Amino acid sequence: MGCKMSGRRIYLDNAASTRLDERVLETMKPYFFDTYAVATSEFAYTQGIEAREALDEARGILSKALNADPEEFIFTSGSTESSNMALKGVAQALGKKKGKHIIVSKIEDFPVLHSAQSLERQGFKVTYLNVDGDGLINIDELRDSISDETILVSIQHANQEIGTIQDIDGISNICREKGTLFHTDATHTFRRVPLDTVKLPVDLITVSAHTIHGPKGIGGLYIRKGTPIAKWMDGGFQEFDMRAGIENIPGAVGFARAARLVTYLENTRMQAMRDRMIDRILNEIPATTLNGHRQKRLPQNVNISFHYIEGESITLHLDMHGIAVSTGSACFSRSLQGSHVIYGIGGDHERAHGSIRMSLSRYNTMREADTVVKTIAEIVRELRKISPLGEESHG
Amino acid sequence: MKFPYSETVLEHFRHPRNVGKIEEPDGKSMEGSPACGDMVAVYIKVAPETNTISDIKFESYGCASNIATGSIITELAKGKTIEEAKKITWKQASDALGGLPKIKAHCSVLAVEGLRSAITDYEERHGLVKEKIPTTVEAIRKRLKKVMNPVTGLDLVRTNLIKDIYLKDGNARVVIDMPANHQFAPAIKEEIMEKIEPLWDIKKVEVKFTE
Repeated sequence: MGCKMSGRRIYLDNAASTRLDERVLETMKPYFFDTYAVATSEFAYTQGIEAREALDEARGILSKALNADPEEFIFTSGSTESSNMALKGVAQALGKKKGKHIIVSKIEDFPVLHSAQSLERQGFKVTYLNVDGDGLINIDELRDSISDETILVSIQHANQEIGTIQDIDGISNICREKGTLFHTDATHTFRRVPLDTVKLPVDLITVSAHTIHGPKGIGGLYIRKGTPIAKWMDGGFQEFDMRAGIENIPGAVGFARAARLVTYLENTRMQAMRDRMIDRILNEIPATTLNGHRQKRLPQNVNISFHYIEGESITLHLDMHGIAVSTGSACFSRSLQGSHVIYGIGGDHERAHGSIRMSLSRYNTMREADTVVKTIAEIVRELRKISPLGEESHG
Repeated sequence: MKFPYSETVLEHFRHPRNVGKIEEPDGKSMEGSPACGDMVAVYIKVAPETNTISDIKFESYGCASNIATGSIITELAKGKTIEEAKKITWKQASDALGGLPKIKAHCSVLAVEGLRSAITDYEERHGLVKEKIPTTVEAIRKRLKKVMNPVTGLDLVRTNLIKDIYLKDGNARVVIDMPANHQFAPAIKEEIMEKIEPLWDIKKVEVKFTE
């Protein structure tokens, strides 16, 4: 089939994973070939000490990005593990002591959502907060849901599909006021949207390298000093005796470098591309709906439903034009279920069926954004020609 | 790199045959629903002297396998007699396409059903239905197998959502095991009505929800 060379492809699925930055790889290389030892104590051999220093430096950079202390940041294998650890670790530490109630939003990403469901099967009670049409939770509903039994509230910083940014300021302060711990999944906001642990009483934060041009398989969990949380993996005494396992030093070093390489200018550039794509699509293509909040939105996220047509067909046509995107259509998912996020914001099957997410990165250009809009417009026109639905049948 | 779709599927997806509507068709059908998943519309013209399908067109609101199956089914049916066309199976369509992924069976089977329904529509409209079989609870259940449960993407019967079916003197009542305020309740109700009402001996259809 007519696939274009990979070099000319336009990749807009950066919420799933990003291309590694060469500079990140350069920083990682010595830790594969020279300083490959485990991070030992300062009383051991040179390579081990160098490895330890590298790990400490990476931890320092990453914790500083959240305005936290190094001891408050532990490395994990990625955001899935971080969120599992946050929810299950707190449940284990407080389930017997304080209570068995957890609050999450309905549109959390799977690591939080499925951890909550797993705890539910173990006898915990979980409240799934509704969101409004833009994807925002209701602060009053949250306040009313917190009881003396509530041990943890986990609300994402921004949504993985529709990009809506929650009011973390308001949410974290209510949790503090009510004396319950607060975790936020910041996989898609880390280094893109500010999050400051000194200004905001957030207790646990999930972050990952794979969304900011870092390597896969490395992430982190911020744990505020004094937060009750059980040790996650048994084994050695690594990560302040919180998470055992040989440290992924190349990963940690790469993660830190990736975090440093993200600039304010880059985020502004992505936001300009985002706005241009949203405005052009909504203006130029009829029967389209923006999913997610127009302003409180990740700089890298575009998500639009194209009515009367199906997302997998759009995706496949785009791929034939060398453009990679993702869809919330049931046809696309392995489980044959439409996006729980689109259902969560009150969308029906039809809206999920035709939803397309385009997530930007450092490597996208305004020219690409325009090419994508033009190509989508053509594809949508063609697919609507063969659809039994549409303007006329919908009156 | 390998797609789960065969070259033939992709070819039909990119260049679907016999797309569109037929003005004043002899038979037509619409399978599936926008609320619950993919849809296929099929339109046929029948040459009365030979009893063959002289023209056929389809429209699709669906994924690649839905579009490709719609396309191939029109090619398979064109020129065939009504009796031959009725017997075209999903397996034949799938084989003609060089195979379809298993997980995509439910979206591609719609086109096959669409063809059969269009033929039934033609027969009903032209007084060709030979014997009128009285509707049974089982017949209703069979029709409900075509209504999707949007929460899972599988049909209502398979997902155990049908709590009860009552049938007396042409009055049918279907009880669905979901709250009436569920976001998909109205869509499911509408679709059940559409599937049961056309049965020749049904006078009234009622859809009830538990809770």
